[in-house]
Amino acid sequence: MPIQFEKVSHHYNAGTQFAYVALDEIDLTLKEGKVTAIIGATGSGKTTLVQHLNALLLPTSGKVTVLDRVIDSAEKPKKLKELRKKVGLVFQFPEYQLFEETIEKDICFGPKNFGVSEQEAKKRAHEVIRLVGLDESFLQKSPLDLSGGQKRRVAIAGILAMDPDVLVLDEPTAGLDPQGAQQMMSLFMNLNKKLKKTVLMVTHDMEHVLNYCDEVVVVRDGKIVTHVEVREFFKDTTLLNELHILPPSVIQFREMLNDKGFKLDSSIMDIKTLAKAIAKEVKR
Amino acid sequence: MKQIEIKNLTYSYDHESLAVDHVSFSIEKGSYTTIIGHNGSGKSTIAKLIIGLLEAESGEIFVDGLPLNLENLAAIRSKVGIVFQNPDNQFIGATVRDDIAFGLENHCVEQEKMDDIINRFAEKVNMTRYLDSEPSHLSGGQKQRVAIAGVLAMNPDVIIFDESTSMLDPQGKDEINRVIQELHADKKMTIISITHNIEEVAQSDHVLVLEKGKVVMEGDPKEILLQTDKLIKMNLDIPFSVKMQLELAKNGIKADQYISMEGLVNELCQYNLKK
Ligand SMILES: Nc1ncnc2c1ncn2[C@@H]1O[C@H](COP(=O)(O)OP(=O)(O)OP(=O)(O)O)[C@@H](O)[C@H]1O
Ligand SMILES: Nc1ncnc2c1ncn2[C@@H]1O[C@H](COP(=O)(O)OP(=O)(O)OP(=O)(O)O)[C@@H](O)[C@H]1O
Ligand SMILES: [Mg+2]
Ligand SMILES: [Mg+2]
Repeated sequence: MPIQFEKVSHHYNAGTQFAYVALDEIDLTLKEGKVTAIIGATGSGKTTLVQHLNALLLPTSGKVTVLDRVIDSAEKPKKLKELRKKVGLVFQFPEYQLFEETIEKDICFGPKNFGVSEQEAKKRAHEVIRLVGLDESFLQKSPLDLSGGQKRRVAIAGILAMDPDVLVLDEPTAGLDPQGAQQMMSLFMNLNKKLKKTVLMVTHDMEHVLNYCDEVVVVRDGKIVTHVEVREFFKDTTLLNELHILPPSVIQFREMLNDKGFKLDSSIMDIKTLAKAIAKEVKR
Repeated sequence: MKQIEIKNLTYSYDHESLAVDHVSFSIEKGSYTTIIGHNGSGKSTIAKLIIGLLEAESGEIFVDGLPLNLENLAAIRSKVGIVFQNPDNQFIGATVRDDIAFGLENHCVEQEKMDDIINRFAEKVNMTRYLDSEPSHLSGGQKQRVAIAGVLAMNPDVIIFDESTSMLDPQGKDEINRVIQELHADKKMTIISITHNIEEVAQSDHVLVLEKGKVVMEGDPKEILLQTDKLIKMNLDIPFSVKMQLELAKNGIKADQYISMEGLVNELCQYNLKK
């Protein structure tokens, strides 16, 4: 079952002087089992968009369909448990997600809430804490007593422990060190490739979009401006310029050389192939 | 002239492990220093010690030659501004405008000048439209922009940016970095930037590498960033231009090592012209 947005609008503070149209009648279909990147400038509506997926926000109008479940403005909060079990959302600010007294309790909260036994939840906590690159000694600490990047790791661990079918990640690598970012991306890829989880990721890191994602959705001023396959997206340098998107380093470098008279093909998007092509041209 | 001098600084949150472990370094007036290191290596803790938000277990901090102690705390806080890693920890005002004003009031800026300053800095970070919004109702990147404007407006001698553009789009990061560079160049403001972005390190004039609470490397970015083996061994990133140069070498192209793409591009063009 794909994820579907049909004419979805979201208005913040409707009817007041602060009314703001954050999503404007968007239509979007996201395929199951894919890794999709959601990108766009500051304030374009990415967080608003993804928070509809587990009904944290409800459409002002239109409807969202996730895993057979239809969400519209009339949604009742009581009936959301099943949905939230299947759709795990990692917040842009991990602080909003961490509230228990210890990290172990925090990670166990989700699974237990969805009917997993205490023992099983604890077992999962021990597994996932290591997956996010922290050791088990962290489990008894308070989630508040952590560095910024460590908080993000714990927030991700909490969602992994729920074992959702759809992972919605709002800037999951912001604040992670380069090694941690890579670890986390590999982890998400594994979940996608091996366990067929659908992954939706808001990100500003174009290297990640290019290297890990299948499709990309560009949001601008509350509208979807394009939704294409990743390689196709980065091949279209005119579109990238028009959308003010700074491409990944490989492409920036390739284009800097092309501006100076090199003739490197726009399908080249990895450093190894680019190095070969440059060598060929220089030696010719 | 030294803007900040740190001697043998130590801090522990739990009285067991040291988050900052006998750290010494100094920062020149008007310099642009980047601090890198893994999650949990002690970067933010050092920043909080410098502004006196945490009290050192041992060691000394001097700002403009003044020792950081209770007596000098106010004087030092008026010289050093900080943009916190989480912008929500920065906001006090009910609106973006009040929030920027709050810092200015604390610095006794006259009312007439205040509006002008607020408007100017809101514009610099592209947030004019949101002056009457509640900071808590902004998007992540908008919060970071407002937090930056608030500190810039106070015009301190030193600003510590703790990963303060981590949630901006690449173009937005560039814009804000340009604003910061301008202030650095025009006003000789001392900049300390905590970052995970190795390309930003290449643009600074001094870099500190932290690991487990210790300074393990320090110096000129060029000197540090070209110690490729060491950086890779420590699981730190290396600049794209160095990665590219290594790949080119595998293909029989010998180029010098550069920390920015421009350098390597120019050399390759020379190569191409000479053939
Ligand atoms: N409030 C706190 N209470 C207890 N321990 C803390 C607290 N804040 C940080 N720590 C611990 O101190 C160490 C240093 O943390 P610090 O926040 O300085 O790291 P950092 O280098 O800024 O990391 P990051 O890149 O993740 O922001 C970490 O091991 C962290 O777990
Ligand atoms: N609670 C709220 N009340 C009013 N306006 C809001 C609220 N939350 C967000 N907005 C506005 O809606 C717009 C979209 O916000 P959103 O958080 O979806 O952006 P975003 O694309 O995630 O941006 P960023 O990359 O900065 O996180 C912004 O202009 C923001 O100011
Ligand atoms: Mg957002
Ligand atoms: Mg930090």
